[in-house]
Amino acid sequence: MLVADDVRRAVTRIAHEIVERDRDLSLLAIVGIRARGDALAARIQAAIRANEGVDVPLGAIDITLYRDDLTRIGYAPVVRESEIPFSVDGRVVVLVDDVLFTGRTIRAAMDALVDYGRPRAIRLAVLVDRGHRELPIRADFVGKNVPTAASDDVRVHLTEVDGRDEVEVVTKVPA
Amino acid sequence: MNWTRRHVLDTDDWSRDEIDTVLDQTRAMTEILQRPIRRAPPLRGRTVILFFAEASTRTRVSFELAAKALSADVTNITASGSSVEKGESLYDTVRTLQALGGDVVVMRHASSGAPYFVAERTDAAVINAGDGWHAHPTQGLLDAYTLRDALGDLDGKRVVIVGDVLHSRVARSDINTLIPLGARVTLSGPPTLIPTAWRGGQLPPGVTYESDLDKALEGAHAVIALRLQRERQESGLLPSLREYSRVWGLTADRVARMRPAAPVMHPGPMNEGVEIDAAVAHGSQSLIEKQVTNGVAVRMALLYLLAGAPTPSGVPAPAVRLEATA
Repeated sequence: MLVADDVRRAVTRIAHEIVERDRDLSLLAIVGIRARGDALAARIQAAIRANEGVDVPLGAIDITLYRDDLTRIGYAPVVRESEIPFSVDGRVVVLVDDVLFTGRTIRAAMDALVDYGRPRAIRLAVLVDRGHRELPIRADFVGKNVPTAASDDVRVHLTEVDGRDEVEVVTKVPA
Repeated sequence: MNWTRRHVLDTDDWSRDEIDTVLDQTRAMTEILQRPIRRAPPLRGRTVILFFAEASTRTRVSFELAAKALSADVTNITASGSSVEKGESLYDTVRTLQALGGDVVVMRHASSGAPYFVAERTDAAVINAGDGWHAHPTQGLLDAYTLRDALGDLDGKRVVIVGDVLHSRVARSDINTLIPLGARVTLSGPPTLIPTAWRGGQLPPGVTYESDLDKALEGAHAVIALRLQRERQESGLLPSLREYSRVWGLTADRVARMRPAAPVMHPGPMNEGVEIDAAVAHGSQSLIEKQVTNGVAVRMALLYLLAGAPTPSGVPAPAVRLEATA
């Protein structure tokens, strides 16, 4: 669906769009959602540094404790450490995730983020928007809109985590 | 790994994987305690009952803060002023706990094994917060976390535990947690306060006994001093507190025998001037306050893992129970 070059171009374009939207870079911060959004966030931050020569604060957030299905899934998913090494008060925080699907992860991430303070604004950047929202959430910056069936599996591979850059859509064959 | 344990009663049968899971989750919980708003929502709607039938302030408060940091509702049952003091049996107390519908029962009891009795008779997950001389698993885990945090990997590290090992549930739980992580433990203390079999050389793997504290500390990576219960002297196991302090007390000179900057720990509350000098307890190598902070994070990790573990029926406990109380 997306090959390495597409991923690279998408990241570069998102980095440009973020700067064009909020020109005051001193207020900006990038926060990636673990486990792949944080890798993308670091790439976007590096692209902004390359383009603008500014080091935007970078953070990573784990949303496990904020999931709305914890009482249903029957096990305790692994909680990873969040790292927000700056004050979010008054900042424009761009949340970054790999795939936007139901919107529930983003809801959890916003709840987690406001436990750190009161951002001036929260924006959302995703590599892939695959549709099928269950909450009133939309992305401000999208790498690629990918029409999918709800039962499809969208798999994002990133070099930092998986050793290669690629996005594939796996369609479930009815049994 | 997937967490499958329903209760935390003792760590004596825990795998290294399980211990590592708790310690890794503890690291994530530590971060929550450093936020401006020290609270996350995973236990919303869950009830944690703190049942302390034996005096305790720090452990109870630590569990209470941990449960609240995860947004659980917390209820206290203490021995004094409760029906326990009025002669209610443990069995009746358990029935009451069951009827109250708590999701997790954290309990401390003077009788070894009491948490097992409760765990067998309630739907709630049970955490042992200290039972008799038997076990204090959360203390063992928080000591392991604090040491791992300070020393990095515990593999091959040698930890001295000095004091009243015989009556110490902390010593037993420390051993049960540190040994699987690859550490070695040297016990030291008066022979009268070391279990007879251990004194006679039948020690658990990885554990040794060295009656001479100075020798035990030589080149060690860390030391844990145990609290000396004053009633031990009255029962004739010790000649005097001064004698104990002279031979087994942690002084700056003794601490200097360990490796440079080796951590000094104590489960608290301390008898300063008896098992540990004030200068050592509050010195640069002391991690005693760190232990207290880490204790909250370890307990958060356990509450989180237990609340998510499947119930005996295979489905997670409902957030709200609507059981008729008899």
